[in-house]
Amino acid sequence: MSTATGTSSPPGAQPSREPARKPSTMAQALNRALRDALADDPDVHVFGEDVGTLGGVFRVTDGLAAEFGADRCTDTPLAEAGILGTAVGMAMYGMRPVVEMQFDAFAYPGFEQLVSHISRMRNRTRGALPMPLTVRIPYGGGIGGVEHHSDSSEAYYMATPGLHVVTPATVADAYGLLRKSIASDDPVVFLEPKRLYWGKDDWSPERPAEVPEIGRAVVRRPGSSATLITYGPSLPVCMEAAEAAARDEGLELEVVDLRSLVPFDEDTVVASVRRTGRAVVVHESTGFAGPGAEIAARVTERCFHHLEAPVLRVAGFDIPYPPPMLERHHLPDVDRVLDAVARLQWESEWRSGEESGGLGSLGGGVR
Amino acid sequence: MTVLEQSGAYHLAPPPAWRPRRDPAPLMPDGEPFRLLGTEAELEGALLRELYGQLVRGRRFNEQATALTKQGRLAVYPSSTGQEAAEVAAALALREQDWLFPSYRDTLAAVARGLDPVAVLSLLRGDWHSGYDPRSTRVAPLSTPLATQLPHAVGLAHAARLKGDDVVALAMVGDGGTSEGDFHEALNFAAVWQAPVVFLVQNNGFAISVPLAKQTAAPSLAHKAVGYGMPGRLVDGNDAAAMHHVLTDAVERARAGEGPCLVEAVTYRLEAHTNADDATRYREAAEVESWREHDPVALMERELRSRGLLDDDGVREAGEAAERMAGDLRERMHQEPELAPMDLFDHVFARRTPQLQGQAEQLRAELAAAEAEHTGTAGGSGSTGHRTDDQGSRK
Repeated sequence: MSTATGTSSPPGAQPSREPARKPSTMAQALNRALRDALADDPDVHVFGEDVGTLGGVFRVTDGLAAEFGADRCTDTPLAEAGILGTAVGMAMYGMRPVVEMQFDAFAYPGFEQLVSHISRMRNRTRGALPMPLTVRIPYGGGIGGVEHHSDSSEAYYMATPGLHVVTPATVADAYGLLRKSIASDDPVVFLEPKRLYWGKDDWSPERPAEVPEIGRAVVRRPGSSATLITYGPSLPVCMEAAEAAARDEGLELEVVDLRSLVPFDEDTVVASVRRTGRAVVVHESTGFAGPGAEIAARVTERCFHHLEAPVLRVAGFDIPYPPPMLERHHLPDVDRVLDAVARLQWESEWRSGEESGGLGSLGGGVR
Repeated sequence: MTVLEQSGAYHLAPPPAWRPRRDPAPLMPDGEPFRLLGTEAELEGALLRELYGQLVRGRRFNEQATALTKQGRLAVYPSSTGQEAAEVAAALALREQDWLFPSYRDTLAAVARGLDPVAVLSLLRGDWHSGYDPRSTRVAPLSTPLATQLPHAVGLAHAARLKGDDVVALAMVGDGGTSEGDFHEALNFAAVWQAPVVFLVQNNGFAISVPLAKQTAAPSLAHKAVGYGMPGRLVDGNDAAAMHHVLTDAVERARAGEGPCLVEAVTYRLEAHTNADDATRYREAAEVESWREHDPVALMERELRSRGLLDDDGVREAGEAAERMAGDLRERMHQEPELAPMDLFDHVFARRTPQLQGQAEQLRAELAAAEAEHTGTAGGSGSTGHRTDDQGSRK
C-alpha cells in the first residue's frame, strides 16, 4: 500500500465548511462514506455513543452532526441494546440506520438484538420487514488497547444466520464496502480494523474505486506457490509475508482478501487454492472454532484432490485477548505466517505440529 | 462544629454541575389503581357496549385457543384469560396509523385490533414465526424475547416523528419483563428522545411462577416511570373503561408531543403461564378465586346492567357473536396449514448466498425424492416407505 500523495477536495463540498481534508486514511474514507450516504439518502441516520459533537472516539463521524444536524447524526444514551433495538424500529419504519458500537467488546450488550431480531426480522415476516441497517464495529488488536478494546468478534456474527459480515482492509474498500453495506437491504455487521484506521493509501474521493457487491473476495497479490486467505487487519501482515517469501524463499504467495466473511466468496478462494495447491488461513481471531476453521473445512472439501498439504491456520491463541504489553505475542505476524508456509509439505514430507516442535498443538497459534 | 467551620473561612457550595432536572411530583402515579367502573363517573354508553362486546369475544378467543392447544392444533398458547380488559383497551386506544408492539401473550390485542385470528396464531401454531404483514396492519410481530420489542417501538415512533408523521407506538410487556435490561433502555431512550410511545405493563402477578415480590422492590411498576422522567399511571387492569380512558389519554398525550408514558395495569393471569405450566405448584386456588370475583368481563356486564345499557338479550347477542368467531377459528384451525419448506431459504437475505443456494437445492432434491416415493407408495402396495402420509403431504 502506497503513501498518500497530492490533494483533493470532495465534489459538492459545502463552501461554508472548512476545506475538506484529503480522505487518505481509512478513518477519513469511512467518514467520507458516511457523509456521502447521508447526503444521498434522507433515510440514512447515523447514531451511537459520542458520534455527534465529538465525532466518535476514532473520529469516523467527525463533522457529520455539524453538517447534517443532530437528527441525522445523533448522540445516544450509553446503551448498546437500546441503540440496536431502536435501530430495528427505525428500520421497520423504512429508515436506513447506521449505528456505531464504540469498541468490539462494547457491542456485546446489544448481542440479543442482533441475534434475536436484526438477523431474523426479514425471515420472521417473510420479507415484509427487511432490516437495512449497518452496525459499525471497530475491532481487533494492535493498538495497545487495555482489556475489552481489542477483541476479534467476527466469529460470533458469522455464526448468526441472517447477518452479513463485512470487513475492509484497504482505504478504497473502506469507502466502497461501507457504501455498499449502507445501501444493502440486509443487516451488515461492518467490522473496521482499528489498527488500519490511520493507514494511508492513495485514494481520492472524486474517483472512488469501484467495489463489487458485498460477498466478493479479491486477489490482492497473484502467486502460484500457495494461497494466503485473510481479511481485515491481517491483510498487511500477509502482504508483507508474501514479499518476504518471494525475496527470501523464491515462493510466490497468492493473497486473497475475503472482504466479506458472510457471504463467503467460496469460488474465488477455491479457484486460487486449486491453482496453488496449498493454503494458509490467517486471522487475529482465536483459532478454535474461529473463521479459519470454517474456511479450512470448505477449502479441504472442495480442493481435496488439488491439495499438496493440509490447509493450515495462523490465528490468535485460544486465550482471552492479552494485555497490551503482551499482545505482540498473540497477534499473527510475518514470521508465524512464514513458519506456516514452510510447513506446507514442500518436500512432500508432512510434519505434524508435535513433530515440528509443538507449534501446531491445538492451543497454539500455528497449526 | 469543625475547625474549618469555626474559622468561618469555608462555605460548602453545591457541586457546580448539579441542578434539579424537573419536579418529580407530576410524574408520580396515584396511590391506588385508577377505576371507572362502579363509580359515579360519566361514561359513554356506546363505548362501554363496544368494550363489552370485545371482552366477551376476547374471553371466547382465549377459551378457543386453549382448546385448540389441547387438540394439538397449537404448539403452545400463553393465555390472557383474566387480562382481556387491558388487551382490548390497548387495541382500541390506537388510531389507524398507530403501531402496536405486542409480546407473545398479546395475541388478543392483535385480534382486537382487527387482525385475522388465524394469522395472529401463526407463531403459536408453528407454521411460521409470524403470520401477518406488520407494515399493512401496523402490528409488530409477537415478540418472544422479553421486553426486546420495547426499543423497537421507541425507534419506530422516533423515526415517524423525524419524518413528521402522526404516529404513536403502544408497546406491551409483562411484570417480569420490567426486570429486563431492554425495558430500562427502551424507557430511557424514549424519555430522552421524547418519543411518542406508550408503555403498557400488564402486571398479572406472575412471571411464570415468580411473584412480583421477587421481581421488584419498587413501590409499584408505575413508579419506575419517574426515574426516567416520564409520568407513571396505575390503573385497575380489569376495568376496561379505566384502561381505555388512561391509555387513550396517554396515546393522545404522546401524539401531542408531550412524550412517553408508562401505564401499569394491575391484573391477574387466571390461567397457567401456558398449557405446559402447572400453576398449582406456586399459587393457592383461593387467590385465583378472589380474582375471579374481579373478572373483567363480569365487571363490565355488571356495570352495563346497572346503567340499564344491557339486558339478557344483549348478553346473548354478544355471546352468539363470539361463538361465531370461535366457530370460524376452530374450523379454519382444523385445516392443515399449507407449508412451504422452500420459504426457509427465501427470506434469510434479500438474495440467497451461494451457500444457502446450495442448501436450498439439497432440500428441494430431498423433497422431490420424498414426493416420488410418496407417489409410488400411493400407486403400489406393500411399500415400506419411511415417511408417513402426513409428513409427505406437509412437505
